[in-house]
Amino acid sequence: MIQVKNLSKHYPDKIALDDISLDFPAEETTAIVGPSGSGKSTLLQALNLLERPNSGLLTIDDLHLDLANPLTNNQILQIRQKTAMVFQEKALFTHLTVLKNLTEGPIKVQKKSKAAAEKKAQELLEQFGMTELKNRYPYQLSGGQQQRVAILRALAMEPKYLLLDEPTSALDPELEAQVLRVLKDLAQKNTSMIIVTHNMSFAEQVADQIVFIDNGSVGYQGPTDGFFHSTETRIKKFLGAMSF
Amino acid sequence: MTDFFNLAVKYLPELFSAALKYTLPLTAISFFFGLIFASLTALIRVAKLPQNEWAAAFLQIIKWIANAYVWFFRSTPLIVQLFIVFYGLPNAHIALFQSAWVSAITVFSLNTGAYASETIRASISSVPEVQKQAAESLGMTRGQVYLNVVLPQAARISIPPLSNSLIGLLKDTSLASVITIVEIFYLSQQIAAANYKVLSMYILVAMVYAFFTSILSIGQHYLEKYTSRFAQ
Repeated sequence: MIQVKNLSKHYPDKIALDDISLDFPAEETTAIVGPSGSGKSTLLQALNLLERPNSGLLTIDDLHLDLANPLTNNQILQIRQKTAMVFQEKALFTHLTVLKNLTEGPIKVQKKSKAAAEKKAQELLEQFGMTELKNRYPYQLSGGQQQRVAILRALAMEPKYLLLDEPTSALDPELEAQVLRVLKDLAQKNTSMIIVTHNMSFAEQVADQIVFIDNGSVGYQGPTDGFFHSTETRIKKFLGAMSF
Repeated sequence: MTDFFNLAVKYLPELFSAALKYTLPLTAISFFFGLIFASLTALIRVAKLPQNEWAAAFLQIIKWIANAYVWFFRSTPLIVQLFIVFYGLPNAHIALFQSAWVSAITVFSLNTGAYASETIRASISSVPEVQKQAAESLGMTRGQVYLNVVLPQAARISIPPLSNSLIGLLKDTSLASVITIVEIFYLSQQIAAANYKVLSMYILVAMVYAFFTSILSIGQHYLEKYTSRFAQ
């Protein structure tokens, strides 16, 4: 389980996260939703320390960090070994082929042998029907293919938790569907996922729990059904704004 | 025309051998050190200030020095820089370098470094931030991010402008003649002064420069082709 307690992040002119406490259970899918600029991405990036909160406690399984203290490189590395991130924009390494994108982390960070890393990468590509893409460079892929490769690059690290930051927001609906199918598939296999999304129907279908972030604080944490049938004004207003 | 041809046969071997002895080594050594100065300066200039106050203040001072260095070498003519180091400093009893060679290499590499640092800085900045974040999220240290993600991509982007710098440097080594180094331009002047074939000798020396810079251009072409396999 990932747990955050009293997490706060403030900039000189703005409070991005205000005293947030949340649990993200293992083997479940949590969707983080909320209005633009509410702090969803900041929260997600704080979970693998790409964003440094000013204070709070972060627990991932048996690792406990007090974020008010300076962190050692080793602590950061341990957190990142347990989590892997998929970004909103195109974040593949453009100078490497698909296969090398998948093996770069395992070889350079986890010190796996080239053969072992490639074997794992091939398995993933096969499992998700992308074997024919393995020698292509990112510029030769569609946006949807790029995001699916980015998901595999994260999975190649064999993380316990997969973090996804609006992974489909830059895609056409048709390409978005390809990516969402992969995520649904992963969710059904009980992958531990935390996904920031604007896609409410995806969240409703796939998420086990919903976290609603509004203006830097938690507006809801609980079962998916409860969120979509909530009678709370804030949530109803948000869901109303998301539909048409 | 036969006259020119005869002169070419007579003097080209001498000019080529001077090129191999002076122009090419001056260029190669100065470019090598120039790239080191350029990379260091670029890294200093893109470095983010650390949180620790003292470390930040220290880095800020280093950044000012780096800026001043680039400013000085880009704001003054190369020939003036050569005169200051080779004639000026010894005159003020600051005999840093007795040797014309060391003076030339120092000035050429610092000059190239100042210009190329801007090329390298821009190339590093052109690598998308999200790729660096992705590399960090995989658990790479900052050094690994630079080595595995930033530098390979920055290198490709910097090939055309760095080739410009290298070709420019090769031609600029002709200025070493003003501090007593008998490189090919100086040699051609000496020969012309003796045989009065002024136009022919300067055309010959121009041809020798063009020969070597053309080889560099061809090298640039193949290097670009090789490194562009991952881009549109």
